[in-house]
Amino acid sequence: MTTAGTDTAMLRVTGLTKTYSLGTSWLSRLTSRGSTTLTALDGVDLDLRPGEILALVGESGSGKSTLAKILVGSTAATSGEVRHRGASAPARRDKESSRRVQMVFQDPYSSLNPRLTVGAMLAELLLLHRVVPRREVRTESVRLLNLVGLEEDVLGAYPSQFSGGQRQRLAIARALAVRPDVLIADEPVSALDVSVQATILELFADLRARLGLSILFIAHNLAVVQHLADRVAVMYLGRIVEVAPTAQLFAAPRHPYTRALIDSIPRMTEGSVNDEFELDGEPPSPYDVPAGCRFHPRCPLAGDICRANDPPLLAVGPAHQSACLKAGELALIPLPEPTQEHA
Amino acid sequence: MPGATAQTAARRASHVPVQPGVPLLSVQDLTIGIRGSAGRSVAIVEGVSFDVAPGQRMGIVGESGSGKSLTLRAIAGLLPKPVEVLSGRVEYGGADLLTMPAKKRRTLMGPEIAMIFQEPMTALNPVVRVGDQIAEGPRRHLGMSAKEAGELAVSMMARTGIPDPRRRARAYPHELSGGLRQRIMIAMAVSCGPRLLLCDEPTTALDVTVQLQVLRLLERLCSDTGTSLVFVTHDLAVINQTCSELAVMYAGHIVESGRVAEVFRQPRHPYTRGLLESAPDFDRPDRELIPIPGFPPNVADRPAGCPFAPRCGYVRDHCTEAMPPLAEVAPGRLSACYESDRLTEVLA
Amino acid sequence: MTTAAVATATRAMRRPARSRSLKAWYRNGTLVAGLVIVGLLVLVAVLAPLLTPYDPIKQDLQNSLLSPSADHWLGTDKYGRDVLTRLLYGARVDLRVGFLAVLIPFVIGSVLGALAGYFGGWFDTIVMRVVDVFFAFPFYVLVIVLVFVFGNGEKSIYLAIAAVSWVAYAKIMRGELLVAKKQDYVVAARLGGMSHGRILVKHIAPNVLSQALIYAMSDIVMDIMAIVTLGYLGLGIAPPTPEWGSMILDGQEFITTQWLQATIPGLAVVVTSLGLSLLGDGLSDLLSPERRK
Repeated sequence: MTTAGTDTAMLRVTGLTKTYSLGTSWLSRLTSRGSTTLTALDGVDLDLRPGEILALVGESGSGKSTLAKILVGSTAATSGEVRHRGASAPARRDKESSRRVQMVFQDPYSSLNPRLTVGAMLAELLLLHRVVPRREVRTESVRLLNLVGLEEDVLGAYPSQFSGGQRQRLAIARALAVRPDVLIADEPVSALDVSVQATILELFADLRARLGLSILFIAHNLAVVQHLADRVAVMYLGRIVEVAPTAQLFAAPRHPYTRALIDSIPRMTEGSVNDEFELDGEPPSPYDVPAGCRFHPRCPLAGDICRANDPPLLAVGPAHQSACLKAGELALIPLPEPTQEHA
Repeated sequence: MPGATAQTAARRASHVPVQPGVPLLSVQDLTIGIRGSAGRSVAIVEGVSFDVAPGQRMGIVGESGSGKSLTLRAIAGLLPKPVEVLSGRVEYGGADLLTMPAKKRRTLMGPEIAMIFQEPMTALNPVVRVGDQIAEGPRRHLGMSAKEAGELAVSMMARTGIPDPRRRARAYPHELSGGLRQRIMIAMAVSCGPRLLLCDEPTTALDVTVQLQVLRLLERLCSDTGTSLVFVTHDLAVINQTCSELAVMYAGHIVESGRVAEVFRQPRHPYTRGLLESAPDFDRPDRELIPIPGFPPNVADRPAGCPFAPRCGYVRDHCTEAMPPLAEVAPGRLSACYESDRLTEVLA
Repeated sequence: MTTAAVATATRAMRRPARSRSLKAWYRNGTLVAGLVIVGLLVLVAVLAPLLTPYDPIKQDLQNSLLSPSADHWLGTDKYGRDVLTRLLYGARVDLRVGFLAVLIPFVIGSVLGALAGYFGGWFDTIVMRVVDVFFAFPFYVLVIVLVFVFGNGEKSIYLAIAAVSWVAYAKIMRGELLVAKKQDYVVAARLGGMSHGRILVKHIAPNVLSQALIYAMSDIVMDIMAIVTLGYLGLGIAPPTPEWGSMILDGQEFITTQWLQATIPGLAVVVTSLGLSLLGDGLSDLLSPERRK
């Protein structure tokens, strides 16, 4: 770690907001019909620690992809700050600052340039960033390919010659080529065949162990998250509503939305059915975030206090934070079998 | 609401009598592919057979390219060109849908057989109000007046759990969320009271909390009306929550079938076992994931013999010689594996 | 899912037991046919002085309006010039003007459209407003006006065509760029610390230029038609330079007696257009491999 002082986080996000103004024509402004501001992120605080896999879960429209874009610098935040190893990361990245945070995309079919061979793709990055001297480019490319489980013989091949799983390996090799500290993986297995998903998940775990990478793993499949992540952050409508170590989050969720997510997971075990916590309705539109607690319209525990107050993310236990005014009440409702209650 | 169902049932001129003990749907030796010149055809789905009894809920699980969606589309008569049925039979209540005159087959689609797609946005007409789209089937097939059908549409929407159905009926598809659109699709599919519902990954595009709601809805509708279900998905857990029977497809073949709980407990085909062991199970977080090596074969150059052989840990010489037949390995359990006797381990 | 299976199966169907090169040839039959036609035309145009003993411009009034004979295969026109000679020399003019007239708008339009699509913002707004203005004019009306302004001759034709047809390239490239810049591989290149210029030239251009190139092929046809039309209207290349359009115009007077005079240059236009269209179709097959989503 470098000169971070007391800041032990690899990436630290504070008060991050992102709004998009849409329909800004004079006509819509004149008629002022409804809200034309989309709130994608609404005050997000989050740490990514060195060498950890932090999962970011939430439904579509929760803002997780927007957060990823801001972290890699492809979009600027409306307000708030991103610090990388204690130093403020500029919204507009230069060659060096963009190098340190790399991304793996969801769709391995659109994330590789169809007209570049694997070798050309890696060589370009290695030379541009002077990772290795020119004569070592080939050796380094082979090293990267081996790292992701591919062989030297693919150097001359084009992306179209690979299957989805292999393409995702190539995309990971490309991200690793510039020797980043942080990998942002945006649903990296959800476009892959079921039988190859496990191999890619294994690869992420392996890379973390071997390279000490910090990985932000964005996902919607909680079973995958439970398997891979050290900690989980749950997002709802542009806000982090709960953060906890993985086992703790799933054993004793302290936000009703997390609880509902867990109960919604289709189970593999017979009889493991979950009736307690089915939600009504669907996520409200990010154009029109509810007043008070943003989750209250769907929350089975919601009371007047929830309609009146917007709860901040507060500690509810060691390393466990929740943004719920009824976190205590929730803790008393037992989880269905076979996960255990934690009171 | 029960009134609406009774009304639909009474209105329906039954095209196909259902006899007890006879499967509602019987797919026999179905081969789907592209017909080539000089008899050089490519089969994408080969020799698929299964029965669905009245009221039974059948899941077909497989990866992309396994042929599960094509099988479903062949039943519905919706194969994309140039793909066609090369041989086999699809019997509905004893009558072969494939040799039936197109006009007669069309009269079955809606009142007898209905289909729900993965992406409701592309399956709904963007310029017609959703209420009118739901009402169209009952008007055409059950001879309802516009007013009656409109009322039925609203009650169907209420049954699928759409809040404020009377107002929502006047909405256009783009004004509704993904979950609501999928409910509209379901309301449309069940509006004529079909006896067979075909679902092609109906919840894949939905968020988890909404997925649960939609799965519950399908389950409830089917058990209320005794509708049979054929449910295609890549997600084993979703099958577990919706279906009682399961067929696993790999590279165009059914490789294993049986009751869901039994197949999950004791898979008798190495591919099924591989799928179960490589998928994270939320209830067993500490279990190690065992990936299946390699990747599915290209339809074009499937290996001779068992298509799974190159990835299989149980492979022996005879596996690469001829495709093992789908044979009964236990009461109600079929497996297309020469080595199925070696797969007797019960997964915890 | 279904589409993937169909795609692989369709590809499998195309894999016959024949050799690879033969298959490639067959699949690109249109390209080959187009290349042969256009190649022959270019060859004829280049070799025109060697292929004919006559001068395309010098008048020989005593031998005017001769019927086809061994000396004059296609006869002579009203000034006694050999029609075949004028046809061959006309190919030089029409093909040259056609190709050159495409070059300028292709470059200007593609670059402006690409920059507008890639960077967006005020630059995009300005470019697209200008495009709208040019787009609003009917093609021929604008060309005719410009030729009147700049006077007859090749230069005014280049200018006139460039002024109207860059718009199409700008629109095509802008559209392609709007899609391409959202592709993850472009975002990835950005995250790789690459400059906008490098991304545009190295990562985006090879993937999007094909569309503009294919359009250019059909555009050459349009331009040749425009030149011929302008020639026919007497606004094109000034006589006595041999040019197919003015040949049709000249031959028209004698359509009842010497019908070949107007028909042959017309046929030349048709053959040229056909060749270029085939070439364009073949190129689009070649350059647009199955774009997988």
